[in-house]
Order: sequence, then C-alpha cells, then structure tokens
Amino acid sequence: MAVVRLRAPLSELAGGKRELRLEGSTVRDVLRALEQEHPPIAGWILDERTTIRQHVNVFVNGERGREDTALTPDDCIHVLPSISGG
Amino acid sequence: MTELLVGTKKGLFALQGENRGSFEISARAFAGEPVEFAMRDQRSGRYFACVTSAFYGPKIFVTDDPAGEWQQADGVVLPEGDDKALIRLWSVVPGEKDGLLYAGGDPGVLFESRDGGMTWELNKGFWEQPTRPEWGPGAGGMCLHSIATWPGDPSRLALAISAVGVWLSDDGGQTWRHGNKGLVPRYIPEEAREDTFALCVHNMHRAPSQPERIFMQFHGGVYRSDDAGESWIDIGTDTGLPSDFGFPLVIDPDDPDSAYVIPLVADLDRVTPDGRVRVYETRDAGTSWAARGDGLPAEDAYLTILRQAFGHEGSGETMGLYFGATSGDVFGSSDAGATWFTAASKLPPVHSVRVA
Repeated sequence: MAVVRLRAPLSELAGGKRELRLEGSTVRDVLRALEQEHPPIAGWILDERTTIRQHVNVFVNGERGREDTALTPDDCIHVLPSISGG
Repeated sequence: MTELLVGTKKGLFALQGENRGSFEISARAFAGEPVEFAMRDQRSGRYFACVTSAFYGPKIFVTDDPAGEWQQADGVVLPEGDDKALIRLWSVVPGEKDGLLYAGGDPGVLFESRDGGMTWELNKGFWEQPTRPEWGPGAGGMCLHSIATWPGDPSRLALAISAVGVWLSDDGGQTWRHGNKGLVPRYIPEEAREDTFALCVHNMHRAPSQPERIFMQFHGGVYRSDDAGESWIDIGTDTGLPSDFGFPLVIDPDDPDSAYVIPLVADLDRVTPDGRVRVYETRDAGTSWAARGDGLPAEDAYLTILRQAFGHEGSGETMGLYFGATSGDVFGSSDAGATWFTAASKLPPVHSVRVA
C-alpha cells in the first residue's frame, strides 16, 4: 500500500486525514482509490480526464510523479499545490 | 438595505449598505480564490458561488448564509472519457420551475439542477451538439455566460457563448438550434463570415416584460432581437455610443425599451473611453443611447468592467444599478443611473456583481 500525504484543503475533504494508506499500482490508481474512499475529494486532484490538474504537484518519494508513475509498496505520495499563482 | 455579492479575483465579498453611500463588507468567503460569479436565488434565499481554484478546478458552492459554511454542489463535472475537462463556471440562473436552475461554463457547457442547486446534471442535448468539435473559444475561453429563460415558460431558452453565438431551445433544452441571423463578426474576413460558428457574444439578456425582446452586447456590436433571438438588429451604430465594444449589459425588467451598457474603447484597448467612466442608457430600445455618468470618475479613469460585473435591483426610475471594475472599485446608482456613488473601493479585481 502506498502512503498518501495531504495538506488542507485536501486533507479536510478526506475527513481530516493528512495521511492515508491506499492500494494501487500507479499514481492514478491510488488517487482514484482516494476518491472512492473520500468522494468529496473527487475532482480536486484529478480532472474528468483523470489527469492531475495543471497546478497540482504530485511527488513520489520526493520526485515529481505523473498519473502513470508506477508504485511499489510503501511508496510515499505527497500531493501539493504548485507554487504558481497570482 | 441592499446586499451586493461581489465576486473577485481573491474571494467573494458580501457588501451591505444603503443606496446612496458606502457599503460595508459583511462577509468574505473563498479567501484567495477566484470567484467568477455569485448570486442569490430569490425563491429559496440560497446563495451560489462559482469558484475556480487555480489549483483544484471549478466548483459551485452553496449556502444559506454567505458568512457561514459553504457546501460544494454535486455533479458539476463533465463525462469521463470525453477528453474534456471543465475549465470555469460563468453563471447561475434560476429556471422557470420550482427548484430548477441552470449553470453555464467553459467549454461551452450547460448544467441543470432540479433540486434547488444542490445537485447538477450536464445538459446532454447541448453537450452532444454534432458541430461541437468545430467550436472555438474567445479570449476568456469557450464560456457559456448568458442563459435567458422565458418567464412562465420553461420550454423556451436562449444561450450565448463566446465564441459560438446564440443557441435557442423550444423544448426545455432537449434540442438546440442557432439564433445568429444578423450578427456581423467584423473580426472575421467578409468572405469567411457566412455560416461561421465564431460568433463572440459578450452578454445577452431577455426583457422579462416582453420576452421576444433580447438585448446583446457583441464583440464589436450592440444588438436587439424582437423575435426571441431568431434574428438581430444593429443598435450600436450611429446611435450615440462612444464604442460598440464592451461586456456588461443590464435591462430594466419592467420596461422592454430600456437597457444599459458600459462601453470600452475597443477589443485592443479594453478600458473606458477618454478616461471617463460612463454608463449608457437607452429608453427607446436602442434607437438612441445617452451617457449616465454623474458621480462616476470623469478624468484619468481607465477602468475595465468585466462581463458579469453589472447587476441591478428593482425597475423604473428607482432601479438600482451596481457595477465593479478590475480596479477594485464598485459603483452604485439608486435612480436608474441618473446619479452615482462609490459603494466600495480597494477590493481585488472585480469579476461579478449581483444584488442578493
């Protein structure tokens, strides 16, 4: 199982949890599992194309990850807003 | 007491005040987030906000108290597997049945709610238009910004999209057809204008007291329809406007001959002409327009007023008019534009203004 770490407001949408353990062989699988477990978060990280939103960054073990990044058990996924803005 | 809902680049501001003075901020919600549009459904008293997080995408939020908790509405998504994502939400409009509301967004999408706005469904008839692959966006995206219902008749609807023109339905939104006859897209070479979809409507409102009549602010052009949007008459040329380019549009709900626009110089210079802020009023269905600027900035004022940043309340000579600019100023009038006051200043850039 991968470890997913969230910050507000995403953690609030996940029932206040800042860390979750979820099944999946890719980042997309794990994020979909997150949506299944916590439906309010659906649409916040992945859009309708199951693509990570442009200004959301996903790191896998400290390196930038993509939807299709393969995972091994105990990988750590951080989901963060990007530093873009205005 | 009047309550204004001001959507800004950095959150929603609820302002309260009397009609001739400065308004006070009574609530701020969605701090730091772009609020494209906010309104209150007078039937239910419920407030709606279209919020486009730079990070987490567009959502509709709902509350009974703008200073309290907001709840995300369900169903405001596009079908998975169509390779399209929802970009932004531009408007929420009450429908003509109990609990019915419409929402418009980018990429040219219409949503419907039948439970007062808590859950929404995509209008499939419009989503599945066969020409959709040929549609293109305007500078603000492919925004479905105007939804004109027909008082007392839920079967008749008119939509406007930048830049896909006017769409009409006579069966409650199941089927749609164009309503573009007479519109002249000057930004397209003459030989390419016929049958083009690239019709950049900036704003469109129906006159409730004479529903066949609709006013339109176009991308270079002001138009009126007297046949429910089937065809359009130019009312922006040689009628007293300093420019026929602009975005905001308000009509007097009780007088189908009265409308208000706020012209900007041109598409390449989207500021108030001559450094003066003026609202233009017609009382004769667009045969003539007159400036209404008493109390508005009259020199060195180069403001930009966006599409949804012009709201109103009431009608006739005591009609309230309120508009906001990207400068963060909000102006108001309680005498149908005869005189104006500054309702608020130093807000973030204003995206939308509606009276609650």
